[in-house]
Amino acid sequence: MISAYYYNLLILIGINIILALGLNLITGYTGQLSLGHAAFMSVGGYASGILTVKTGIPFLPALVIGALVAAALGFLVGLPTLRLRGDYLAIATLGFGEILRVTFLNLEITGGPFGLRGLAKETNGLIVFIATVIALVVIWSLINSRVGRAMIAIREDEVAAEAMGINTTRYKVLAFVVGAFFAGIAGGLYAHWFRYLNPASFGFMKSIEILCMVVLGGLGSTTGAVVGAATLTYAPEFLRSFFPVISEYRMLFYGALLVVLMLLRPQGIMGTSEFSPLKVYHWIRSRQGVKTTVGSDS
Amino acid sequence: MPLLEIKNLTMRFGGLTAVKNLTMTVEEGEIRSLIGPNGAGKTTVFNVLTGIYQPSKGNAFFQGREICSLRPYQVTSIGITRTFQNIRLFGNMTVLDNILIGMHTRTRSELLASVLKVRATRTEEAEARDQARELLQFVGLAGKEQELARNLPYGQQRRLEIARALGADPKLLLLDEPAAGMNPQETSDLMELITTIRAMGRTILLIEHDMKVVMNISDRVAVLDYGEKIADSTPQEVQKDEKVVKAYLGEG
Ligand SMILES: Nc1ncnc2c1ncn2[C@@H]1O[C@H](COP(=O)(O)OP(=O)(O)OP(=O)(O)O)[C@@H](O)[C@H]1O
Ligand SMILES: [Mg+2]
Repeated sequence: MISAYYYNLLILIGINIILALGLNLITGYTGQLSLGHAAFMSVGGYASGILTVKTGIPFLPALVIGALVAAALGFLVGLPTLRLRGDYLAIATLGFGEILRVTFLNLEITGGPFGLRGLAKETNGLIVFIATVIALVVIWSLINSRVGRAMIAIREDEVAAEAMGINTTRYKVLAFVVGAFFAGIAGGLYAHWFRYLNPASFGFMKSIEILCMVVLGGLGSTTGAVVGAATLTYAPEFLRSFFPVISEYRMLFYGALLVVLMLLRPQGIMGTSEFSPLKVYHWIRSRQGVKTTVGSDS
Repeated sequence: MPLLEIKNLTMRFGGLTAVKNLTMTVEEGEIRSLIGPNGAGKTTVFNVLTGIYQPSKGNAFFQGREICSLRPYQVTSIGITRTFQNIRLFGNMTVLDNILIGMHTRTRSELLASVLKVRATRTEEAEARDQARELLQFVGLAGKEQELARNLPYGQQRRLEIARALGADPKLLLLDEPAAGMNPQETSDLMELITTIRAMGRTILLIEHDMKVVMNISDRVAVLDYGEKIADSTPQEVQKDEKVVKAYLGEG
């Protein structure tokens, strides 16, 4: 048996992987910078939590309903992408996240600043594992389909994508809906693991943390999102065992990490590639002398 | 009825009139050229036709249907596709994926079908891949399927853009300076490719600076100068037209 400490850590890693996979679909594959991903998580968490606590609906249906509510919100947030691009979209999603946080802070049904209490501990390792695998399989199939190709095309060149007959609006919104759905699942799992929800847990910083995971792993790489989420969940814990003060400087750590990453490997650990043993072999071969060309800028 | 009819089309950008009261037609099955000095407004015409810009005045009709109010993706779905003067491939995607995206309007699978990989999706995907390979073969890019688009040499990128535009099975193909940056051999291959595409029953509207290409393969040539049409006739007559000669000489 693994210790409670590692069990807890693994569950957190699973939840964060689900979050990173969803955001990676929006930002990594479709190219829409979102700074409000934690808000979708909070919606899933609160919705499922309120359902199990106040209506007695069983956990699994509540989890799915929470995710659907988050997806509906993803649809609403996705709509401004019709008009907004780049920085403006990022600011809009940031604003959305903050509005939602403040709303939860002031609603009675969410427990306001005291948070939502009394949730049952329904989440366990098996459920998190299954949810993570489902998220992986769904995102993976999606990316390697007509829909995924359309999303990547939007990231690569929106004008050209539209000229190829892709209704770019539709696919951008769709990316938000799917990403938000999985964030909602992650939120529900989180809620029923810690048995307590507080709006402060889902602020801007949490959104940035998820973004860091995606950027670290490589925007537009599914295996990268997994690696990024696992690394950034484990690293602070690992460091804390050596330097207890580190948890105080968690955000400083993320910031520094991002700066270093941008300097050394701006495309993230995986770039847009996926992990496969064959590639590792080729990479090692290419390191032994054969010079590979760096992508041209265009 | 002409396949495409442009009527009194005007496009202004602030104080600048890029296209002034343009009227022209494209008949089904012809290779129609649009030429003119730099900045004459040729690309702007394409951008209006494909829904990127809303014209300030006038309209265009494709098979009798008004198209200027359509969004770009809708223009593609009714049978008009284009290439870009400054190549706009999906650089980080494979050559094959570029074509598959070009075939977007001819494939159907949406979210659930894609995720569940239902049989219809798998069949569609396999068929699309076969057709994409055929298209690559057709433009002479067989064997390049798995290369990243941005790693292709320039001439091949231009061909890939044409293949991608053919992916939608268009009735009307808009080519914006396809010969730009090509060497003489590539250019003559390109002329052959364009005439073959026409022979397959497609109509072509061509913007091109290379006069050898224009004069050899066009059925009719329209000439723009400062946004205004100054000539519209056969290649032979346009070449002799005084206003055309002047417009080009005036350019220096
Ligand atoms: N989006 C825009 N905003 C402002 N001005 C524009 C815009 N697009 C084109 N123009 C201007 O309109 C005029 C016509 O441009 P256009 O690109 O259509 O010319 P062109 O005939 O294609 O030239 P070239 O042969 O150099 O490609 C130019 O003066 C150009 O600067
Ligand atoms: Mg032009």
